Amino acid sequence: MRDFSYLRVDSVEAARNAAALPGAMLLAGGTTLIDLAKCGVAEPATVIDISYIEGLNAIDVTADRAVIGALAKMSHVADNAEVKSHFPAVSEALWQAASAQLRNMATIGGNLMQRTRCPYFRDPQNFPACNKREPGSGCSAIGGVTRGHAVLGTSEACIATYPGDLAIALVAFDAEVDLGERKLKVEDFFLAPGATAEREHDIRPGEVITAIEIPGSAAARRSTYLKVRDRQSYEFAAASAAVGLELEGDGRTIRDIRVAVGGVATKPWRAREVEDALKGKPLDEATVRKASELAMESAVDHGANHYKIALAPRVIARAILQLGETA
Amino acid sequence: MTAHDMKHAGSDSARLEAVGGRLSRVDGPAKITGAARYAFEQQLEGLTHAVLVGTTIAAGKVTGIDTRAAETAPGVLAVLTPDTIMELNSASDWFGRQPSEETYCPLVREVTFSGQHIAAVVAETLEQAVAAAALVKVGYDETPAIVDLSDGSDGIPVDAMTKEWGDAEAAFAEAPVRVCASYNTPREFQAAMEPHGLIARWEGDELTIWEPSQWLDGMARTYAEWFGVPFENVRLVSPYIGGGFGSKALALAHSAVAAAAAKMLGRPVKLVLNRPQNFTSYGGRAATRQTVAIGADKAGRIQSIVHRGVNETAVDGMWVEPLGSVTSIMYATPNFSSKQNVVRVNTVVPGAKRAPGENPSAFGIECAIDELAYELGIDPLEMRLINYAEQDPHAKKAWSTRQLREAFAAGAEAFGWARRSREPRSMRDGHQLIGWGVAAGTYPVRRAYGEAVVKLLADGSVEVESSSIDMGQGTYTILAQTAAETLGVPVEKVSVRLGDSHFARAGVTGGSRLAGVMTGAVYKAAGQALDELIGLALSDPRSPFHGLQANTLQVKGGRIAAPRGDGPEFSIAELMSTLGREKIEAKGDTVPASFTPEQRYNNYTTIAMALPHTEGEHSRHSWCAHFVEVRVDEDFGTVRVSRVVSALDSGRLYNPKLAESQWKGGIVMGIGQALLEEGIVDRRHGRIVNGNLADYMLPTNADIPDIQTISVGIPDPHSSALGGKGVGELGIVGVAPAIANAVFHATGKRVRDLPITLEKLI
Ligand SMILES: Cc1cc2nc3c(=O)[nH]c(=O)nc-3n(C[C@H](O)[C@H](O)[C@H](O)COP(=O)(O)OP(=O)(O)OC[C@H]3O[C@@H](n4cnc5c(N)ncnc54)[C@H](O)[C@@H]3O)c2cc1C
Ligand code: SF4
Repeated sequence: MRDFSYLRVDSVEAARNAAALPGAMLLAGGTTLIDLAKCGVAEPATVIDISYIEGLNAIDVTADRAVIGALAKMSHVADNAEVKSHFPAVSEALWQAASAQLRNMATIGGNLMQRTRCPYFRDPQNFPACNKREPGSGCSAIGGVTRGHAVLGTSEACIATYPGDLAIALVAFDAEVDLGERKLKVEDFFLAPGATAEREHDIRPGEVITAIEIPGSAAARRSTYLKVRDRQSYEFAAASAAVGLELEGDGRTIRDIRVAVGGVATKPWRAREVEDALKGKPLDEATVRKASELAMESAVDHGANHYKIALAPRVIARAILQLGETA
Repeated sequence: MTAHDMKHAGSDSARLEAVGGRLSRVDGPAKITGAARYAFEQQLEGLTHAVLVGTTIAAGKVTGIDTRAAETAPGVLAVLTPDTIMELNSASDWFGRQPSEETYCPLVREVTFSGQHIAAVVAETLEQAVAAAALVKVGYDETPAIVDLSDGSDGIPVDAMTKEWGDAEAAFAEAPVRVCASYNTPREFQAAMEPHGLIARWEGDELTIWEPSQWLDGMARTYAEWFGVPFENVRLVSPYIGGGFGSKALALAHSAVAAAAAKMLGRPVKLVLNRPQNFTSYGGRAATRQTVAIGADKAGRIQSIVHRGVNETAVDGMWVEPLGSVTSIMYATPNFSSKQNVVRVNTVVPGAKRAPGENPSAFGIECAIDELAYELGIDPLEMRLINYAEQDPHAKKAWSTRQLREAFAAGAEAFGWARRSREPRSMRDGHQLIGWGVAAGTYPVRRAYGEAVVKLLADGSVEVESSSIDMGQGTYTILAQTAAETLGVPVEKVSVRLGDSHFARAGVTGGSRLAGVMTGAVYKAAGQALDELIGLALSDPRSPFHGLQANTLQVKGGRIAAPRGDGPEFSIAELMSTLGREKIEAKGDTVPASFTPEQRYNNYTTIAMALPHTEGEHSRHSWCAHFVEVRVDEDFGTVRVSRVVSALDSGRLYNPKLAESQWKGGIVMGIGQALLEEGIVDRRHGRIVNGNLADYMLPTNADIPDIQTISVGIPDPHSSALGGKGVGELGIVGVAPAIANAVFHATGKRVRDLPITLEKLI
């Protein structure tokens, strides 16, 4: 039997100490951790239950800044009136993620730490080769079933898609993740695989996410998250876009724009090329569509995921144009 | 029952409890409150847990199984391998045909598919068994696998599937208007919420099995043959089933492993397949390919249909998915040819999933007729009416009833089909291209003989017993209604007991036959019980009705009286007590009196005795027409079904509320089939990579629009005792082509490979 010890902590301090133990894993909502333990991917020696720590679930939002505690539930954040009015893309990304049951269990900290849905990663018994699980063992996905795999940020070691929704909105609006001693841009917190596919986050042993912070902006206030998938609900994105828009006084020239894409990259992907191409330009369909194509300039497909290269720019463009229509 | 009686019953159907009434599911409260106890929830003394070890290659040989680490792991009681599991006899197949081999080993040495069972670990707890199973090391000698239909040759012809009349190829070649295309459906799975599995317990040479089952008697026969014990020694218990959709009718390899382990250990064994194992331990719907060629004259009259089909089957088992079943009866044509092959691939033997055969068959012909309609510029609905088959074109027999014209009319009216603009891409709402599609469906009426026991008890209550089952279709409810109506008692007085093979015997619950068979049997048994009660009431000297100048009595609302109401009136309980009777029990059956015990046994334990749907002078089928609206995002290729109106002819409905649920369930499943479901195989390994419910896409509530169903059936006296035809499978047939046709109308793109996922449209 795979025995493990279970430790319940009641302070962040205690959590940090425990998290430094070898083989320790934090347990928040458990929707990723327990799932991966069942697949045989996660084999914690010690499970440190942080879900009883008080105060870590606070949601504090003003027009200037949102501070969301790591233990806040996805459903609570999605439903928060201030989040909805100052950061609509964040609320929308959460609403369209997972299922109602999962959102009621899952936390914001855990959400950032969710793992890829690459089917080979999730099946160690049948597919021993996976660089993300076992550095140097190879990649079972390349040459296999790749419909859901990434086209941006891939490497020869790994082409797994970062599956989450919330983090796409976070990178679009320059959010930071608070690790106690350190604060990092969410964009930098996530790592592209390169030659070290096993390293997905810039987080060190003993570090615990305590909160995320999102600076307020005009673009964040006028923002949206558009998620495209075959199934209307309860499916990861085929492609998604988090977009924020600020127009000049003339109501049609773009002053500020934020674009990030999901479902197509190995990490939450900020599409700065698109932003740069649109700043100062008029908000019209042809311009927006053309600029959106730039997001895929460095894309590399692996056969069955080729459609994402065509799809993602259309999702970006639609999201921008939809925002333009809302006053 | 005469036509007059049926009409009478029909007019009575406002009463909830009568046959034809909209009584809610009587098993509903037990399920909602958790009181319903499913197979795996049995609490048994000394229960042990078995976990299977599956192959990680798709083809080759097992060269060695190292069980040492597993054997010494905590809690482990036994590790079974092909070498250590007890030897079983081979069992006959579901037609009752004797096996060719003498012995059977459910754990394999020769690997024919990925996930095949090679070993099993039995331990005190499930967790111990899971952990120890991971320690079993298997050596292989791998050989190349045939992973799917695209790998294989043309396959093996299945001559029994050939249907031909006229000279189809010549007539097609000469036809002024022709369409010809190929249509593919992928491997699909039943994906029932409740997994497969069982608890097996031996007491001496008596075996009790708690296992979700669509066919207690058939499975009991298999267990009895495997272990060489009399049929009566095997008791299968399955009062509730969490969905089967065709998958739970047979005792399978994992069933044999659990029962053998229980015998070897002398302790009860529980074995439940985990979710991935539910994708590899029994077959889903076989992947299919069809080519449909239709030749027509300029007026749209079909001159010829040439149909070729292929389905995948297993290396070590045969499954034929009859692909010409709808093709050969839907439209009138003077020339016709349908032939079918099977291709052996490295997969578990495919099996039955809701409407096997008819479902993919309809996808081919109902898309092809749509293509022909566009080729000719004729409205697709009109096209179908032009070629309406007035009789069974294959059997050349009259339809028993065929309300398909009525279904087209009622569906079109409710849907608003007349407002459809003909051209593809001609209807839109912002970025959404709107398409309207139609397709027809059909399913044969499968008939069999049945039996049931009806007991009138001293307190005036009634018990109905049968070893048939309720997997959610509503057997408990309609049998209660049938007994209540026949006996004249309120429905709350009736309790129905199902799912125990020691009850009155029953054949398979599959092919939408159960309701017709069992209402007939209960009607008969209840009638006999009533006759006995009335006979006693009139003849027994103790009876208050004794000496009454009546030759019959009437029971209504549980009270018995002279028909004119001019004599005494008593409740059944009062009468029973006066008569000094504890109960009146009647076993009624619809089996021909000439049947030998052997024939009776085969009637319940095989499907060989089923009556052909074209027996006698009629061809018997249910029919339907689906009208579907889709919205396709022009940029994203995502398809959403926004409206469904279906008109269906299932004959007389024993309970319209439950029939509608069944139809809607079928339509929901059809939406999944059209847009989402597909077993995805890694071609390098011959292995399903989405064998779980997160990655094998089934529709969610958000994918399902309001579905309107309209019953256009009339009682069909040739199909069943009470006039009903099949309900359960009909609803799914034709949904996928209706959606594919609507997608074409919306986008101008003809997608002939299911599912219609977004990348096929962008
Ligand atoms: C079937 C399914 C569908 C899903 N669909 C979607 C979807 O469409 N979109 C989407 O975005 N997500 C989806 N998810 C993922 C879901 O959002 C995550 O599982 C969830 O957010 C994880 O949160 P949790 O609190 O349950 O994390 P846990 O499972 O408790 O933890 C996850 C990981 O994070 C670590 N961790 C937790 N808290 C902290 C912390 N404070 N500091 C550092 N490390 C921490 C844990 O050690 C663990 O490794 C889906 C999940 C499932 C199972
Ligand atoms: S894509 Fe990445 S996660 Fe998937 S098998 Fe390859 S290395 Fe592992």
